[in-house]
Amino acid sequence: MNMKRTLVALGIAAAFSAPLSLAQAQTVLRVVPHSNLAILDPIWTTAYMSRNHGYMIYDTLFGTDEKSQIKPQMVDTWTESPDKRLWTFKLRKGLEFHDGKPVTSEDVVASIARWGKRDAMGSALMTFVERMDTPTPDTFRIFLREACGFVLEALGKPSSNVLFIMPKRIAETDAFKQIEEHIGSGPYIFKRDEFKPGDKSVYLRNPKYVPRKEPPSGSAGAKVVHVERVEWNLALRDGQAQVNALQKGEIDVLEALPFDHYEAMKKDPNVQLPNWAPAGLQYMARFNHLHKPFDNPKVRQAVTAAFAQQPFLQAQVGVKELYRPCASMFTCGTPYGSPFGSEIQSKSNMKKAQELLKASGYDGTAIVIMKPTDLASIQKLPDVAAQLLRQAGFKVDLQAMDWQTLVGRRAKKDAPEKGGWHMFLTAWQAHDIWNPIANAALDTRGEKSGWFGWANDEKLVDLRNQFMRELDEGKKKKLADAIQARAFEVGTHVPLGEYVQPMAARKNISGFFVTNGNLYWNLKKN
Amino acid sequence: MYAFLARRLLSTIPVLLVVAVLVFMMLRLTPGDPAAILAGDAANTEQIARIRTNLGLDRPILVQFGIWFGNLLQGDLGESFYYKTKVAALIGQRLEPTLSLATMTILIAVLVAVPLGVLAAWRFGGWFDRTLMGFSVLGFSIPVFVLAYILIWIVSLKLGWLPVQGYKRIADGVGPWLTHLALPSVTLSIIYIALIARVTRASVLETLGEDYIRTARAKGLPESSVLVRHALTNAAVPIATIIGIGIALLIGGVVVTESVYAIPGLGRLTVDAVLARDFPTIQGVILLFSFAYVAVNLLVDLSYVFFDPRIRY
Repeated sequence: MNMKRTLVALGIAAAFSAPLSLAQAQTVLRVVPHSNLAILDPIWTTAYMSRNHGYMIYDTLFGTDEKSQIKPQMVDTWTESPDKRLWTFKLRKGLEFHDGKPVTSEDVVASIARWGKRDAMGSALMTFVERMDTPTPDTFRIFLREACGFVLEALGKPSSNVLFIMPKRIAETDAFKQIEEHIGSGPYIFKRDEFKPGDKSVYLRNPKYVPRKEPPSGSAGAKVVHVERVEWNLALRDGQAQVNALQKGEIDVLEALPFDHYEAMKKDPNVQLPNWAPAGLQYMARFNHLHKPFDNPKVRQAVTAAFAQQPFLQAQVGVKELYRPCASMFTCGTPYGSPFGSEIQSKSNMKKAQELLKASGYDGTAIVIMKPTDLASIQKLPDVAAQLLRQAGFKVDLQAMDWQTLVGRRAKKDAPEKGGWHMFLTAWQAHDIWNPIANAALDTRGEKSGWFGWANDEKLVDLRNQFMRELDEGKKKKLADAIQARAFEVGTHVPLGEYVQPMAARKNISGFFVTNGNLYWNLKKN
Repeated sequence: MYAFLARRLLSTIPVLLVVAVLVFMMLRLTPGDPAAILAGDAANTEQIARIRTNLGLDRPILVQFGIWFGNLLQGDLGESFYYKTKVAALIGQRLEPTLSLATMTILIAVLVAVPLGVLAAWRFGGWFDRTLMGFSVLGFSIPVFVLAYILIWIVSLKLGWLPVQGYKRIADGVGPWLTHLALPSVTLSIIYIALIARVTRASVLETLGEDYIRTARAKGLPESSVLVRHALTNAAVPIATIIGIGIALLIGGVVVTESVYAIPGLGRLTVDAVLARDFPTIQGVILLFSFAYVAVNLLVDLSYVFFDPRIRY
């Protein structure tokens, strides 16, 4: 009888205990990313989640270190001809895709070609490229029609779209169709069979990955993986629930800690707030240059003068140590970040804004500002913008909508009264706006240029083209200053200050380093 | 009976047809562009236009409807714009968490609410009845997410008894499945306990005044037998109706609960699909929900025959 009871008890115990899966026996880093991962092709979209997924499984030719310097990654050595028109790159040894095949120069050239059709900086580079070839399996060459000054910056750009190297057969996919296979040569292997959209994404350590010798820094340096498995929890998206899970130890890393929880998490003895991506993000107000009154640069100047950065940062971020005013259109702290030419904003005030508006001939058109109600990271900015505009003398029509409605509507060129818009506010990660080519808001080719708002200024186009061709770093800096001064003068957009998105992790996670985004190598779980 | 069943099953076809047309058209009229969402922040208008073409969104609405409806007739719900996965596969992945949550919620609600309602009717006007009615008002009034946070704070963070979030499949073990499901189910069941208990109380109370109850008591039957066999059975039709309505209402309830507890179910899928303007997924999920609604109503109607043999179809 006793034996029977014991067996029954054992049976019940077995039923109620989870089988010890392989995953549990390994070191698993449990991460809650800042958003959901839906698109697995980091070239097809510029979504940051797809970029971060790309960094897990693909490698890059070059990386950008924490000082925004371009450093070799898959490339071992490279040379440039005296006239700077021929670039020869040699890949380092030991590079291998997850399917066991070696990375060859043909894979690289195919990857560059596809990326060059989608990425803004890549497309700009391709206008200079005459041809590419592969003299040996580990050597590729880029022949330029004329010298240009951003070859390495483009190949090693750290943010969307990053030039990830894929096998040739995958990279030959039409740039406007998503890839079906997800094989890279990066530090992690994507577990396609465990990927459940909206639920979880799983990555296994790539045991064959050969890291570089240099210490990790930004997207450059050694990509040493100390955990066997990384699990992205894609289902946990409620801010309060994320914090609860971190406090209880159910997750290890929370990529985007809500600002409201920052002070409380600082006091939690089990939680740390590493300074992981100090370059941060920049807020921006974007005009629609196609329609009245923002087709008039004087009106845009009045807005620039009215938009002091402090009120935006205080209202949206609130935590003083997490934000910094930055009167630059390029991220402060990066090579081109400078207040040059920003006086109209940095030394202005509301009285000046009112005077400028009066002088502009503003006809009283109500400014349609699109306000996203569901995006906590920027949802307060439009309220501040509306208030400042009213103080300056504008009429304002603040229209609330969800972010995805805004995303669809901002692509419309219709007049604001016919479903278009006058202004929206957004945030960019530091390395998306750190130079005049990457910064989409500075592309002023009018309706051709494409980025929403469709700014139009020939002089700026010319300065930007000069920047692309300039080889001397000192002169490039001067050109970047000139571009910024012109952009402030014509009012392409208004920078609204910078902030750092805090992240939180359990205290038993170590190895955080300064990155440009969210990179999961070098981390240890004790 | 069989004719009724056949009639009712046939009647689901026009219902689903109307739902299909309405959902398709309404989605096309709502603001938001799936192509712009998919392209990302730095995309330009030309890239968005190419994606729109690839998705077939540049075709006339009637052509789009014809293609979708043609596929639907062949049992193909289409492919998600957002996830590039078959909608049927997506729904399949999300069905177990939602079914588990809904079943557990209804089970808890019925097992708790029906006895409480019977007892309250039996002790009509007493302290138990008043207390239960007070709690049921509270149960109705408190929003699901508020209750969820309170329960998480007490049960998970302070007492450490249950996990804060997540879902484990039954295949991962019954224990983890139950522990992950306990808090969400209790959270969601509170409003149904309040609803079902009130209806049970009112229905049993009405039955307790009937002549056959007096006769049963006069025969000397034990009170438990009077309450369960005579009063509750005869009061079952409205209770079954309210449980059926409860199951239908659960569809809305799971959306919030799945979000707070990070359960990757159909509710969460619906929210994601709406936010991403993922038309094929929204259409598929709404069709499924509509079918479930019709099926539950049919089951409730059939249950009347079981509870009240006088009812004939």
